[in-house]
Parts: sequence; C-alpha cells; structure tokens
Amino acid sequence: MKRVKKLFSKISLKLIWVVSVTAILIIGVYSYFNVKSQSDVLISEVKRHSNQLSESVKNATRNVMLLNARDLVQEIIDRIGKDPSINNVRILNKEGEIIYSAHKDDIGKMLDKRAESCYACHAENKALEKLPIKDRTRIFKPNPDSTRILGIINPIYNEKSCSEADCHAHSPKAKVLGVLDITISLAEVDEQIRQNEIREVLFAIIAITAIGFIIGLFVKRWVDHPVKELIKATDQVATGNLNYAIQDLSKDELGSLGKSFNHMIKKLDETSQQLYQSTKMASLGQLAAGVAHEINNPLTGVLTYSSFLLKRTKDNPQMQEDLNVIVRETIRSREIVKGLLDFARQSTPKKSLIDVNEIINRTDAIIKNQLKLNHISLIKIFDRTLPKITVDANQIQQVFLNLFVNAIDAIGNNGGSITVTTSQISLSPKGITQIKNAVCAKNHSLINTDHKIGGMSSLKIKIRSGTNEGFVHLNPIYGNHHHYFGISHDKNSTINLSCPICDISFIDKNSKCPKCGGPVYKIQIPNQGFIEGCASFKDDWQKWDLIDRAGERKFVQIEINDTGCGIPPENISKIFEPFFTTKGQHGTGLGLSVIWGIIDNHNGSISVQSEIEKGSTFSIRLPQGDTIRSI
Amino acid sequence: MKEHKNILIIDDEQVVIDSVSKIAHLENYSFDSVMDAQSALAKINNEDFDLIVCDIMLPGMDGFQFLSELEANRIEIPVIMTTGFSTIENAVKSLYTGAIEFIPKPFSLDEMVSIIRRGMNYSSIIRLRKSDNNSLQPVPCPAKYYRLGYSSWMNKEFDGSVLIGATDFFIKTIEQIKKIELLDPNEVLLQASPAVKFFTEDGLIHQLYSVISGTIIAKNERLLKEPELLEKDPYFEGWIYRIIPTELDYEMKLLIPCSSDRT
Repeated sequence: MKRVKKLFSKISLKLIWVVSVTAILIIGVYSYFNVKSQSDVLISEVKRHSNQLSESVKNATRNVMLLNARDLVQEIIDRIGKDPSINNVRILNKEGEIIYSAHKDDIGKMLDKRAESCYACHAENKALEKLPIKDRTRIFKPNPDSTRILGIINPIYNEKSCSEADCHAHSPKAKVLGVLDITISLAEVDEQIRQNEIREVLFAIIAITAIGFIIGLFVKRWVDHPVKELIKATDQVATGNLNYAIQDLSKDELGSLGKSFNHMIKKLDETSQQLYQSTKMASLGQLAAGVAHEINNPLTGVLTYSSFLLKRTKDNPQMQEDLNVIVRETIRSREIVKGLLDFARQSTPKKSLIDVNEIINRTDAIIKNQLKLNHISLIKIFDRTLPKITVDANQIQQVFLNLFVNAIDAIGNNGGSITVTTSQISLSPKGITQIKNAVCAKNHSLINTDHKIGGMSSLKIKIRSGTNEGFVHLNPIYGNHHHYFGISHDKNSTINLSCPICDISFIDKNSKCPKCGGPVYKIQIPNQGFIEGCASFKDDWQKWDLIDRAGERKFVQIEINDTGCGIPPENISKIFEPFFTTKGQHGTGLGLSVIWGIIDNHNGSISVQSEIEKGSTFSIRLPQGDTIRSI
Repeated sequence: MKEHKNILIIDDEQVVIDSVSKIAHLENYSFDSVMDAQSALAKINNEDFDLIVCDIMLPGMDGFQFLSELEANRIEIPVIMTTGFSTIENAVKSLYTGAIEFIPKPFSLDEMVSIIRRGMNYSSIIRLRKSDNNSLQPVPCPAKYYRLGYSSWMNKEFDGSVLIGATDFFIKTIEQIKKIELLDPNEVLLQASPAVKFFTEDGLIHQLYSVISGTIIAKNERLLKEPELLEKDPYFEGWIYRIIPTELDYEMKLLIPCSSDRT
C-alpha cells in the first residue's frame, strides 16, 4: 500500500494521471457524440430510403389497384416482401383489416386502432387525415429481445380515378382509403452502429494509452532524469563532495535550477576553501605566536648575559669581538621572531619612502648564489631617475623575491636570463581607479562584498526599469562598464536608480547625459566628491570630477621577464588564486596570491603575459605619491 | 617597619629572573623574585618595594589581573610589564591598565637598565608626592590632551593632524638630555612602537613610544638644537612630531584622557 502511495506521489505519475484523466474525458465525450451523430445520420438515411421504397410500392400497385386485380397486387407485395431486409409489407383498409400482406396468414385480420402501426394517425380520438412525412416512420421492437424494426406508414388517399373505377369499390366521400405499411429490419444498421461504437472505443483506448506513454516518456526525460540528477548531486554535496557538478544541463527551468545549483556548489566550495585557508592561517598564527613566546624567554637570557659579559670584558678586545657576534646574532634572532609574530598577526604594512631600484638590488643579493647555481644571468635595466615611492620595503622585497624564485624555477637547470626593467608611466584615472566607498544621501553604504566584479566589491543599487524591479551591480572601477544587471532592463524605458536600503533616488534631475540626453545618476563618494554616469546605460558616459581633475596618475612600473617555460593559457587566469600551484608538493600555492594581496594593499596592480617555452613577464605598477590613497 | 627592597621580579622563567636580577645587581639595587602573581601579592603585604618587573603570561593570575589587583588594593608601586608575546596590543593594554612601562622580551642589558632607572625615578616622584613636596612634581598634561601610559601625549589639531610629544613626567624620570634622535617625515609610526630616542648625560638611551599610529608630516627641528625645550615647555613648544593619524578613533579608546589626572 505504501509503495503504491509512493508510486503515485511521484511527480511524473501525477502528471501522467492528470493528463490521462483529461484525455479520457475529452476523448470519451467526443466519441459519444461522434457515435451518436453517426447513428443519427444512418437512421435518417434509412428513413429516407424507406420513404422512397414506400412511395415506389404505392406507385407500382396504383394501376393494378385501379384495375382491381387483387391477385396482381398480392403478387407485387409478395415479391417485395421477399427482400431479406424487408420485414413485412401490408395494405390495410380504413377499418383496419389487413387486405394484402407479405405474410399470407395475416390477411383478413383486423388491427386495433391503438396498435403501434395505427398510432401515428389515431393517437387522438379523431383520426388524422393528413400525415406529414417525418411522422410516418416509427422504430419499435415487437418483443424486447428482437432486433429493432423501422415501420413506415403511407396513407392511400382517395382519388377521382378510384371512385370512378369499374369496380366501384370506394365511395367518393372517403378521404383515406387505406394505409400501406412497410416494416424494415434495422439489424444491419444496428450492427453497423455497434461496430462504429467498438471502433470509437478502441480508438479512444489506443489514443489515451499513446498519450500516457508519450507524456511518460518525455516526463521521464525532461523531469525525472534531471530531478534524479539533482537528488544525486545534493546527496553528493551532503556527503562532502564539493567538486560535483551536474552535467548535461537542459535549457529549461530545471536546467537553470541545475545551473544555479552548480553555481551554489562552486561558491560553497570557494567559501569552504577560504574558511579552510583562514583556519589554517589562524592555527599557523597561533603556532607562530606560541613558538615566538617560547623562544623569547631563552633569548632574554642569552641577550642579557652576553651584553653583561660585554660590559665586564672591556679590556679584552678579542673576547669583545666574539661577544659582539653573540649579541648581534641574538638581536637578529629577535627580529626574526618578531617577523614571525608579525606574520601571525598579518601586521599592517610599515610604509616608508624608498627607491624601488634599491629594493631590487637587495633582493638580487639574496638570490645571487641561486642564480649562479642555475646559470641564470640577471639583467637590470634601471630608470635612474625613478622617484622614491611610499611602500613597505619588506613586503615589496618579498614580492620580488617570490617572483625571482618563480622565474628561477621556470627556467630550470638549462640556464637563461631574468630581465628586470623599471620605468615611470602615466595612466588615465579611468579604468584604474577603484571606488572603495560609496553612500546614498542617508549615508547607507552601497559597497557589496558578496557580488564581486573583477575580484572587487561592487556597488549594489536598486533599479526600476518600466515595471521590472531588481538590483544592478555597478563595476567599481571608474570608467569600466562591465556591470551586472539583476533584471532585464529596457534601455528606452524610464529607469530609476535608488538606494537598496532607504530607496532614496540617485537620479540627478538637474543634469542630462551629454551623450544621449538621458537621465544621469549621481552617487556620493565620501571625501572624494561624486561620481556621475548615464542612468539609462545607453552609452558609457561616466564622470568623476575630483579624480579627473587630479589628471593622469603616475606609476612606477617594474617588469620581470624570464626565459623560462611559460605559463599555459588555461592557468593564466588562476595563478593569483590561493592554493593554485604547479609545483606539486614543493609549492604551497600561496606565493602569487600573497603577492597580489601585497600589491593590492599598496593600491597597485599586477599582471602577467606569457608564452609557452618562451617565458613570462610580470608587470607591477605601484602608484607614485599619495594623491589618491584609498577611496 | 616592613623590610624594604628596590625591585620585585615576577616571571615564571628562571632564566628571565636571573637576567633581570643580574641587571639589578649590576645597578646596585636590592631585589627579590617570585614565579607567580599570587606569591607576589603575598610578598608585597610583608615587604616594601620601589618597583615591580612583571611578566604578562603567568600561571594562574596573569599580569593584567595582577595590575588590577594592585589598583584594587591601592598599592602604588610602579610596574614595568614585559612579555615574550610582544605585540602592540599587549603593550597598549599594559599601559592602559596602569603599567608605567612596557618592554618586550628579549631585551638587551642597556634597554632594561634605562627602563629600570626610569621606573626607580618614577617611584621616587610618587613618594615625594606623598610627602607633599610639590616643588618637584611634574606638570600634568593639558585637559584636552590624551596620553599613552604616563610617558607620551597627543593632541588633535584643528586641521586634522595630531601633535605628539613627551610628558613632563617622562622628562623628569630621565637625566639631562644630550641628544635627540628623530624619525624623518613620511615615515610611519605605529602605536606603542619606538618613535624617539633620547641620549642622556648618564650614557643611557631612552625610547619613547608613539601615542598613536600615523605618518609623520613634520618633526620639531628646534628640539635637535635645544633639547631643553622639552623640559621648559613639554606640552606646546616642545612638541615632537606632527602626524596624519591612520586609525585615530580606534586607538584613542586605548588612551587615557589627561582630564582624568586633575582631581
């Protein structure tokens, strides 16, 4: 019972069931009326034929009647009565006496006026003299189990020739002389109707079965299969497999459900990776902090005792020298441990004005041996006029060190060269300035960290386009127009942009887009003026006065080019992601993502160009001066 | 009359106790040591100390709880905090909770000597206050100023920049200043990290911690030529750096308003 219930609770069976019931109803009603109209047509056809037959018999016997040749009349009637479909042919006189009949035994019998054959005219007390053609026929069953019979009555009217005939059988006063009554068996017609019925029922059954079958087939294909896939996927995710993706997605709603499911799993996977990463970093930090704490106590002993000895042996230069080494190296250990603590706490960058060329030289000194071992020459093309920039020298050195080590790995043992080029460049603020803060008139922040465009938090704004309402995520890079529209918007309808929290409008009624004349949005950037743009998104007009006025921004550019193996195109987009590594067990996969984070912290940018077997070039741009820090 | 000693050392590591003892001995101070805060409290009940050098991470009661306990019992012995877990947070918290100085481990002999000297001087200033000799009392900082511990102050200027300097208290705990070493504009200061070096007549080097984090935009050049300005007018003419603060609102919560000094 439960199984049956379960079977019927399946969506596919429910669908089949509903469709089948509907089909049965429609086809059933249709078949019923179809059969009925067919039999009606058949019966009326039979009636028409019978009337013609009746008229024919009447005409055939007319002359013989006038001649009063009764034997001949009987003979005609006998002959006609022999036809298998004709049940009986009778002629009755006015009194109801059967005068002629195909069944000889009936001749001379009297019929009651209430008999079925007389009823048409004698229903009321006074007999009808005229009987319309449609009332002349009747269908009856002589007894319940016999076949249906069609009776047709044809009244024989008095004519002048009848009363004037030689036999003088009829007086001229009588209007109706008698009745020609023919009865025809409907067995054949009934049989045909029955066969029609059977055909209809058969057709209905086949049609319903076919509909059910076809619906079932497609439901299985379009509903059952994808639903099963979805269930399988959720089960996989529940067991912890976050790499599962639903394949063979259709283009219908279930397909988009599957698509958004895949997207959700991807997001979930990323989040759990990040969580894993931060937990890893947190425990690493705790470990580092613990180690640092433990090491600092013994170091205190070493440092105080050695500096104490240093004070006591002022007259022994040899010993002073040795002790100085101990003190110096202990202080170095102290700095290392401090670095470990700083790493654990992800300390804020300690920025100072420094020459980038100098940092590169320092890095070069560290990797000199490694370069020599691998037969790699480091070519430095420095711009000697490079201005000093405000950076955390240690972090930037870590960036160069990481990139150099990567380059050495890429070149391998066969030798090659690394070229470092420093230069100054100027770039238009458009396409490089990131909007890091934006508010509505009521000071609600629009920055949305959930939806990122190009890896950066977008500006979430409510959009109303015609009757559609939803959200648009604006590209946070000034001058970039890769926005994300949560709704479909018609560029020609009136568009309203407003704060997602308080709904206050961003449309500036006082200005019009200089390109298309359409409405303009105006969003406040705290301490940095306003950003304006075309609110109908018909064109890419955007204006940020404060930034434009600052003019082109100057950068220090550092390019590191190697003659190594290059990066395959499919990996280029992933190299800055955490945990992406091609070094297998040797790499942590953190290097380039940390580099990206450091450069981003300095409001700079890093990009890469690479050709397989020819080498890679990493370009780093760091802003000069402090004209625009974080916005 | 309680037995009197100069320094009480509290640390759960014997090597640290030995190191500090060595330094105290070298400076001719009498000292005693315990390995946890509870025993320290018991010892303070029976003996008199000028100065306490206390570790933060101790078994049972930690250094911060110890400081609160002292305050609750109205014990006015100045405390120098030290820890191997030398983070900015620990330094700031120590100074906020009532320690007069913070010194990260491992420390060199000279660093510890400078700090102990300052601590001893601080202690004697407090004792003088008790004996109502007001002539040598340090001038408290102006009411709208804020201070980190007892040694450095900050004041918000109208243009959004912040002036920082050394308190009269700090200046009075060190000997005659011979030379001042300042950082240059554009360098970045972090709260509770070394910002100024004072070279004094007794050959010691004293480091002053920055009150808040920020980028230096100007240093008081006059101080380099006439360090005595610091003694004459430590709160106005004797300012040290003008900085653009980076996290003023957050960091000011960890400072002590100077208005609370005037009772």
